Amino acid sequence: MRRYFGRKLLIYGLTFFVAVTINWSIPRFMPGDPVQSMLSRANISQPEAVEAMRVHYTNLFGLDLPLWKQYLNFWGALLKGDLGISIWLFPTPVTDVIVRAVPYTLALLIPAILLSWVAGNRFGAFAARRTWLDNTVLPVGYVLTATPYMWLAILLAWALGIVAGIFPVAGAYSFAMEPSWSPAFLASLAQHWFLPFASLFLVAFGGWAIGMRNMIIYELEADYVHYLEALGASRRLVRRYAFRNAILPQITGLALQLGVLVAGALVTEIVFSYPGLGHLILQAIQNQDFFLLQGTFLFVVIGVLIANFVIDIVYVLVDPRTRTGMGGAA
Amino acid sequence: MALRVTDLKVHYRTRRGEVKALDGVTFSVADGEIMGLAGESGSGKSTLGKSLIRLDSRMRHVGGTVELDGTVVPVTDKRRMNAFRFHKISIIPQYSMSALNPTRKIGRMVGELLASRGVRLETAELERRLELVGLSAEVLGRYPIELSGGMKQRVVMVVSTLLNPSLLIADEVTSALDVSTQKAVARTLLGLRDGGLVGSMIVVTHDISLVYQIADTIMVMYGGRLAEKAPADAVATSPRHPYTRALISSLPEAGVRHADKRLQGIPGSPPALLDPPPGCRFRDRCPLAFERCAEQPPFAEVAPDHFVACWKAM
Ligand SMILES: Nc1ncnc2c1ncn2[C@@H]1O[C@H](COP(=O)(O)OP(=O)(O)OP(=O)(O)O)[C@@H](O)[C@H]1O
Ligand code: SF4
Ligand SMILES: [Mg+2]
Repeated sequence: MRRYFGRKLLIYGLTFFVAVTINWSIPRFMPGDPVQSMLSRANISQPEAVEAMRVHYTNLFGLDLPLWKQYLNFWGALLKGDLGISIWLFPTPVTDVIVRAVPYTLALLIPAILLSWVAGNRFGAFAARRTWLDNTVLPVGYVLTATPYMWLAILLAWALGIVAGIFPVAGAYSFAMEPSWSPAFLASLAQHWFLPFASLFLVAFGGWAIGMRNMIIYELEADYVHYLEALGASRRLVRRYAFRNAILPQITGLALQLGVLVAGALVTEIVFSYPGLGHLILQAIQNQDFFLLQGTFLFVVIGVLIANFVIDIVYVLVDPRTRTGMGGAA
Repeated sequence: MALRVTDLKVHYRTRRGEVKALDGVTFSVADGEIMGLAGESGSGKSTLGKSLIRLDSRMRHVGGTVELDGTVVPVTDKRRMNAFRFHKISIIPQYSMSALNPTRKIGRMVGELLASRGVRLETAELERRLELVGLSAEVLGRYPIELSGGMKQRVVMVVSTLLNPSLLIADEVTSALDVSTQKAVARTLLGLRDGGLVGSMIVVTHDISLVYQIADTIMVMYGGRLAEKAPADAVATSPRHPYTRALISSLPEAGVRHADKRLQGIPGSPPALLDPPPGCRFRDRCPLAFERCAEQPPFAEVAPDHFVACWKAM
């Protein structure tokens, strides 16, 4: 068990290392002078501010230092939580900008992922082998999964936001309000949250439901099911076992889909101008804010790695076969 | 008469048509009789076994009846059939290596299975039965993946016979085992019958010589039909059907297994069951075939308890 997780941690560590390295190299190996282009984009009029930034960036990039030293310095700063200063929101540190955006992204992602996974699996298992459901709802599921996140988001924004006018289509709360814990503000938060959440939820839900339906049908043809049925076991027991075994590949599926889901969330935030990490990425690109872009990517990578690790642990806890495969107690 | 099967026909639905895997079989098995069921791969042995307990989704009951201890077994009625399953008719399936849910500990699975049948699990009895097949009670706390193939097979044997069925179908229970374990398993089957835990048995096998040691009677199938059924000694010493003769003569004295391999000595191959030719199914390969064989021979009793389907044996 310890060896298994040791190996996993090593793999995650390596992935992180590679991701940081790539992240570091992007602005450095891009054509042109990033500092100069950032300064001109920053559009700051006071010459002393421009000079301060130039000094700061040149220092931080350490462009006069040898590459390996630049690289080590980058790691040093990173480990101190220093990701540089945002150009777009000068002079806020990138870390602060990100920390402010992260709750919005998590508030979208975590409920969308968990609820769609749970509901999709339940529903898919329920639909399997029930002909009428299979024939009516399944096609809807296929359409949903095949829909690009952006597309569904735009469709929902248009139908429920612009045409029906039920939901707002931009921001995380009404621009007329100041953030507080008042019921009115919370209601506004929920209202703004709903559409981006729903578009993420629906696409993912369709995918899980279809996957689960197919897995259950496959499980119901397994030898252990035939044996149970030959011995007259109740339908409930058979379905419970099939569900339990079909859920395992769905957990792996969750780990594989995480990246896609996160990407979907980022795109959805852009459509709804929802102030999470996706929104930051858009702003960072528009404002040529390399530090912000770097920082945001890093955050996304770290988040996905952590989530993957959690799923790995869950999988080991629920599948006895992996546990025995790890050479634990027989 | 414990089991009486009359003109049973069960076909498989496939995209290319119906595979006539069981094409009119009539036989009976007496109370306490252990019947060996032999025949080449694909002759319909498992199909017969499954037909007596549970038709899978591709199997279609075309005709015929099954009676057990004087009551009709409703093989086509999914609901009413449940009363017979496990309690009266039970099976050790050919796939018993993979018959256990991989994600449940064995003891828990057995408990849940029994509970779903409304039977209370008596742990002491279960442990006693495990001991009977040489397993310690400790296997109950293990996952199937933690057992060897032979252990899994014996677990399934214990589970299947737990409710003391009148009829047990044991499908190839020895084929995956080494010779000494095979003997032990064969003895266990005998012990189940002699101990009164199981009524009659149908022991499906490739290995005539092994089943001969425990079987009272042996029935031989060929191409979805019955070729011969007789007391084990009669089959071994005076087989009447040319196919049975080929089977027996290809067996050297002792310790020889897998009769079907040696059958390659008989030229030709078994008939396609998708569209079998009319008449005797063995005709293409039979050294004795003559004109009459274009007509299907009846499964007739040529001597007391000795049934043969061959025009030359009448
Ligand atoms: N699900 C199925 N669909 C179509 N045909 C099938 C199916 N299962 C079996 N058959 C056919 O039915 C015939 C009898 O199969 P069966 O499994 O009863 O043979 P068997 O005598 O048990 O063989 P073995 O000794 O290899 O187990 C074979 O010709 C096989 O091809
Ligand atoms: S009936 Fe004819 S073909 Fe069939 S086994 Fe007898 S002799 Fe051979
Ligand atoms: Mg078989």
